[in-house]
Parts: sequence; C-alpha cells; structure tokens
Amino acid sequence: MKIVMAIIKPFKLDDVRDALTGIGVHGMTVTEVKGYGRQKGHTEIYRGAEYAVSFLPKIKIEVAVPAKDVDTVVTAICSAAKTGQIGDGKIFVFGLDQAVRIRTGETDDAAL
Amino acid sequence: MTFKLSSRAILTAAAVIACGLLIADVALAQTAAPAVAPAAAPALVPNKGDTAWMLICSALVLMMSIPGLALFYGGLVRSKNMASVLTQVFAIVALVGVLWTLYGYSEAFGDGGSLSPYIGGLGKVFMKGVDANAVAATFSNGVVIPELAYFVFQMTFAMITPALIVGAFAERMKFSAVMLFILLWVTFIYFPIAHWVWYIPAPDDVAAAAKALAAATGDAKVAAQAKLDAITGSAGWLAGAGALDFAGGTVVHINAGIAGLVGAIVIGKRTGYGKELMAPHSLTMTMIGASLLWVGWFGFNAGSNLEANGVTALAFVNTMVATAGAALSWLLVEWLAKGKPSLLGICSGAVAGLVAVTPASGFAGPIGALVLGLIVSPVCLFFVSTVKNALGYDDALDVFGVHCVGGIIGALGTGILVNPALGGVGITDYTNIAGNNAGTYDLAVQMIAQFKAVAATLIWSGVGSLILYKIVDAVVGLRVTVEREREGLDITEHGERAYTA
Repeated sequence: MKIVMAIIKPFKLDDVRDALTGIGVHGMTVTEVKGYGRQKGHTEIYRGAEYAVSFLPKIKIEVAVPAKDVDTVVTAICSAAKTGQIGDGKIFVFGLDQAVRIRTGETDDAAL
Repeated sequence: MTFKLSSRAILTAAAVIACGLLIADVALAQTAAPAVAPAAAPALVPNKGDTAWMLICSALVLMMSIPGLALFYGGLVRSKNMASVLTQVFAIVALVGVLWTLYGYSEAFGDGGSLSPYIGGLGKVFMKGVDANAVAATFSNGVVIPELAYFVFQMTFAMITPALIVGAFAERMKFSAVMLFILLWVTFIYFPIAHWVWYIPAPDDVAAAAKALAAATGDAKVAAQAKLDAITGSAGWLAGAGALDFAGGTVVHINAGIAGLVGAIVIGKRTGYGKELMAPHSLTMTMIGASLLWVGWFGFNAGSNLEANGVTALAFVNTMVATAGAALSWLLVEWLAKGKPSLLGICSGAVAGLVAVTPASGFAGPIGALVLGLIVSPVCLFFVSTVKNALGYDDALDVFGVHCVGGIIGALGTGILVNPALGGVGITDYTNIAGNNAGTYDLAVQMIAQFKAVAATLIWSGVGSLILYKIVDAVVGLRVTVEREREGLDITEHGERAYTA
C-alpha cells in the first residue's frame, strides 16, 4: 500500500476529487497548508508596514491506495491539477505499513 | 315724513356705545393703573428637544468606544491578541465610568476656588448637587440642559480618550499595567486638561459682562473690563486664553496621541517587529469599527454644541464633509504613492478626518471643513509611514500618527477656518458666546491661542504620561515576558481566545 500526497493549487481541489472518483478512489484527506517552491509570493502593505509574503495557500490531498494503483492515481492527479503555470504543486509517494477500517476491523487492501 | 328708529337700530347703537365705553374703560385702566412690577425672571428650564438630543449623543459617543474603537483596533492586531484589545477598551470604559462618577466630573467641571483656572474642586464629588433638577449652561444665553445630561455626555468623552491610547502599546502591555496606568492618567492628565479647555463657570454672566464691555465707553470701559476679567478669571486657563476646541481635538486627540507615543517608546517595540508578519487579522472588523466611529462621531461633535440648533447642524455637516474628504484623500494619495488604494487606507483617512474636524466642527464652514479633511490625510499618511519607519518607534496602531498629528492639524486649522472670510462662524474668543461680538477675528491672536493649547497639552500629557509609565513599571511592570507575548495576550492575560477555530 502507498500514500499518495499531492500539494495542489486550492481552486483545483474539485477537479482532482472528480478525477479520483472517476478512477475508483473514494476517500481522501484534505488539509489547508501554506508553502512555496518556485512561485513568488506577494507584497502586502498596511499603512507604513510592508510585508513580503512568500508562503502561498495550497491544498494537501492524501489518499491511501493499493501499490498497483499508484501510477494511475498519480497520472489522474497530475492531469487534473495541472495549469502549466509555476505553482501547480508536487506529488510525493510514501510507503504505507498498515491500514484498518475502524468500523469493521478490515485491514490492509480491504480497508482502502 | 316721520323718522322711526327701528328696534334693530336701537340695539346696534346700544352695542356700539357699550363697546366704546368698554374700550374707553380699558384704555383708561391701562393709563390710570400703576405700572405693574416686572415678574421675577423665570427659572431656566431645559428644553425637551435639547435634553433628548444630548442623551442620544451620549449614547452615540459610548458606541464610539464600544464597539467602535474596540473593533477598529481589534481588527488591526493579530488574532492571538484580539480578546485582549477588546477587553482593554471595555475595561477602560467601565473604569472611567466609575471614576468620573466618584470624582472625575468634580475635578474636571467643578469650581476649584482659587485654583479654578487649573483644576476643579471637590464640590461635585459623588455627584453632590447633580440631580434631576440641576441645570448646566449652554453656549446660548438663557438656554440650559439638565446637568445630568451634561454629566453623562462628558463622561463618554472621558471614557474614549484613554481607550485611544491602548492602540500604541497593543500586543505587549500587561492588563494590570493598563488598568493602573489609565486610572492614574485620567486623574492627573485628562481631568485637568478637560478643565483647562472646557470649564467656563456661568457663561451667561460672561456674555452679559462682555456685552456691557462692548457698550461701555471711555472710563466705563476700564471698569467693565475689570468686571469681565473677574468673572472669566476663574475659567479654565486655556479657555481664558481664547483657545478654540469645539469637541476635543486638543483635550482628546492630541492628549491621547502623545500619551500613546510616549508609551510606545517606553515599553519598546513588539518582539519580532520589522521581521515577522504582523498584518491585521481582520480588516473586516476594522472597517466595521471605523464606520461605527463615523456614525458615533456625530454625537461627539454635534453634541458638543450642548443643544439642538443651527450650529449643531453645522457641526453635524462638518463631521460628514471633512470625513468624506479625508477618506477620499487618503485613498487617492495612497493609490498614487504606493500603487494600490487600500481598505485600511480609506478607513484610516476617515478617522483622520474625524479627528481633524473635531476642534473645528462648530467653528468652520463646510467648505473649510472639506479642505481640512483633504489636507489632513496626506500629512497623517506621511507620519504613519515615512516618519514612523525612519524614527523606528513601534506605535502599533498609529495612535500618534492619526490622533496626535491629526489633532494638531485640526487645532491649528480651527484657528484659520473660524475666520468669517473663510466661511467660519467668526467666534474669536470665549467672550464671543452666542453672537456677543466682543472682539474681531485676528489671525495672529487666534493662532497664538491655538498654539498655546497644543503646546500645553503636548507638554503636560507627554511629560506627565512618561512619569506615570515609569511609576506603573515600578509597581506592576509594564510589559509581559517574551514567551507570553509570543503565545498571545488572549491566553496569557485573559485565559481565553477570541477565536477557537
């Protein structure tokens, strides 16, 4: 099993969710995060105070998938989240040791 | 042909004769009766409209403090300090409300005997003599309002002035230090300055003596002048000097502004100032606060006429026009100078305009007020950005840059704009109350009086506040520890959070 973690632009969340539903991934965890890569931030001015804000709001999506489905999931996320502009985000894949569905006690692939 | 008198003719004739006799009788009575002694002058009774107006204004000015100022300041700090700002403002309102009732009103507006030019006495402590029948004079001869209305109206001014100061040292001062400092500050700084500028005992007597002086000729003039001096000698010394401050540009704004600057310097900069992000957490709240301040300020300025008449309407209009001009001015200047027109800018411009028109509201004409508003914004913008950054002090919410600087512009502007040639009402010194033209407008004379008031306030409040900050620092300590400052005053000083999400 693997965890696929994607950092994407916030307005792309619905597109990515639809794409994942389309390939049979029916659950995910979403967090609001801040970060930057090559995308420049912006300047905020409040009276005499100028702030260079480099952290930009992003959305982090985490899905647990069977190892065989990783490539499909990564491709689906990429095409849904891509705009071609700097700041589209990144995807990271981690190994997952164990998964449990709390309600039923199912484990591993049955829990995903 | 025989002439017969009809009964109708007889009755008519009789009626005419009767009337004639009646009229003659009355006429004779008027001339024959001895002159009736004139009735004793009726005791002055408040007008219902004036009374209702003053009570509403008092409520409006309270609204300026809570929630107006509270939200205006609260939105500008980081969310971890929101509850602390709201609590400080609310607590100051409550504290000053109690102090005013116990001794503040007496100290500010009581008769201080031989010390009357400088301080009131203890005559009205615990509101002695201030009951539902007591009356207070207005600027119109023979017009009074209930003294209770004057008492509570002035109370709301005493509440908001110290609340203004907390913006300067926001996000790092201990709550206990705030409360102790404010208690000392209103007692030793605000109540005396209010007395200096606004205490005029028996204005109707002043006006009568000034009228007599204007009518006197030759030797009688010297005696009339002496009589006027005797009556006005016990007025607050700045009022006696002819300084004009309609609603408190000096008493409230310059006063609080300089106290704030001194406090910001004494307590030091916020930890991380200049490096960390300290952006306002809610410009929405700030805008709500600024709007409530504008609406409430009609009570502050127009209510300062103490009755409801044409001058009241003038003050109301000036408060609208100067503010609109200043808001627009800040918006446009910032757009040109910094590249973008900002919400914080337009809100700050509105407040700066309100501050500047405060001393001028009952003296300037509307076009003069508009010009005042257009001018004050670029100056205040310059002070809150260029000057503040160059000198490096952390006046967190720009109390000095907006209130002190705006107040000074307003105070000096009042001296210019009161000129009838510029549309002003032409009142040139305090003996000119309600159309009693004892003097003619002289720019130099008036400006000297204005400068005196500005300087006296800056010195008394600046130096006095410095001493009080040092005392409070010695007794309870001014500043929270760095760890507490980082965590946020909401949790560390008040054990709660403004926002749980």
